[in-house]
Amino acid sequence: MSYNIDHGNVITVSNLVKKFGDFTAVDNISFEVKKGEIFAFLGPNGAGKSTTIKMLTTLLHPTQGTVTLNGHDTTSDKNGVRKSIGIVFQDPSLDDDLTAMENMEFHATCYKIPHNTRKSRIEEMLRFVELWDKRDELVKTFSGGMKRRLEIARGLLHHPAILFLDEPTLGLDPQTRNHMWSYVKDINEKEGMTVFFTTHYMEEADRVAERIAVIDHGKIIATGISSELKAKTGAESLEDAFLTLTGHKIREEEASGVDRMRMMGRVWGGRRR
Amino acid sequence: MDVIYIMWLRQLKKYFRSKSRIVGSLGQPLLFLLAFGFGFGAVFKKAGAGNYMQFLAPGIIIMSVLFTAIFSGIDVIWDRQFGFLKETMVAPVSRFQIMLGKTLGGATVASIQGVIVFVLTLIVGFRPHDLILLPLGAIVVFLVAILFTSLGIALASTMEDMQGFQLIMNFLVMPIFFLSGALFPLEGLPKVMDIIAMLDPLSYGVDGLRFSFIGSEAVFGMTTDMVVLFLLAAALLGIGSRLFERIQV
Repeated sequence: MSYNIDHGNVITVSNLVKKFGDFTAVDNISFEVKKGEIFAFLGPNGAGKSTTIKMLTTLLHPTQGTVTLNGHDTTSDKNGVRKSIGIVFQDPSLDDDLTAMENMEFHATCYKIPHNTRKSRIEEMLRFVELWDKRDELVKTFSGGMKRRLEIARGLLHHPAILFLDEPTLGLDPQTRNHMWSYVKDINEKEGMTVFFTTHYMEEADRVAERIAVIDHGKIIATGISSELKAKTGAESLEDAFLTLTGHKIREEEASGVDRMRMMGRVWGGRRR
Repeated sequence: MDVIYIMWLRQLKKYFRSKSRIVGSLGQPLLFLLAFGFGFGAVFKKAGAGNYMQFLAPGIIIMSVLFTAIFSGIDVIWDRQFGFLKETMVAPVSRFQIMLGKTLGGATVASIQGVIVFVLTLIVGFRPHDLILLPLGAIVVFLVAILFTSLGIALASTMEDMQGFQLIMNFLVMPIFFLSGALFPLEGLPKVMDIIAMLDPLSYGVDGLRFSFIGSEAVFGMTTDMVVLFLLAAALLGIGSRLFERIQV
């Protein structure tokens, strides 16, 4: 555990607010993540996790407050932030009609990885996630786990200072999940890369995260290491601590436009694919 | 520059990989050529207006360019649905480069589609008037392609999902096609139709291509056609990139 070694903060969030009309999705939150830390951001559905991640990764403009990532402000220096981060989104974000290699090349071009190291770096990352043999196959032929691995390889391609993982293990079998975390921890240790992730699996957060923040109703309701959260709530496991903090009520999340359309795409059955 | 190229290349790869889409999109122009070309041919001739197939072919080529271009632009919605848009939106490159690459890619695809339909028209009996003017026709096709790909991207940027798609087809794309003079001569129309045709950007594309391909007198004049298409393409490219920049995923 290296969380208590002070390397300085790589993420600083201060008084962050996001409102959608009358609804306050993120309500004045502040927290820091230290350099090289593996940080878990937990919360029930609709608590404001995704909105926060979108603001941290420059996809949404905050209503108020500031976010500094790796020394760059997310509103005034978007490209500085974008160069510093790698992201594995909750939903797949690969181009299914391209091969694994072409998806990597697209990313390498966008992140201006120099031509002379590009090929070798792509090979290194594809071998790292054991997809080198499949490099010329179309992504649409890949299983869910393979897609996830490819997204991780892609997210790491440009040596990001911070890796964002938004529910990266959703729908993965335990084998793939274990593998994935061993890749991520490996790079975290070797390159001092900071990892910021969300998950609904509490034992995963307990096992992997060095520090945890719990968000609910748009507010951060607890931060600390796992044992602190357990001690604070008098709970045996992190899951119990989480439930004590956030309550047992089941949350409903309204389907977004994209979700609705994904449904439509399914109904239309591969109009284009 | 690299980013524009890779976006362009992506559009082309996707196009050539969807063989069924290419073949499928040839059905409509072929049907129009056969049904209208041969169906109205006799009447057209009797009216003393000459060979209808010759008249119709440039209109059908432009039609397929219009449809392919609009769809290539609206593709943005599919990118959003399948998540790839996020990958491009978090990349440290300007939105304008992404939009420009996508527009050029979509326009290239639409132009290729135009060339394929051109070959199709040759098979059903169309003969270009003067081979020297063909490159001029190619320029017209590319301008039309840029114009409507940008329009597609602009529309897609304001849409969350495919709900509004039918609306766009019925109240925008179809009228643009049917009122452009692609199927009928613009001379001797009622005043209202005349004005509508003048306001329809596609009319200038049809007019320009007809002039280049069959040497007919250009209704608006070739210079006007080119200037209008160029200005509109530039304007829509600007509007498209403004709207595209505002997308939040």
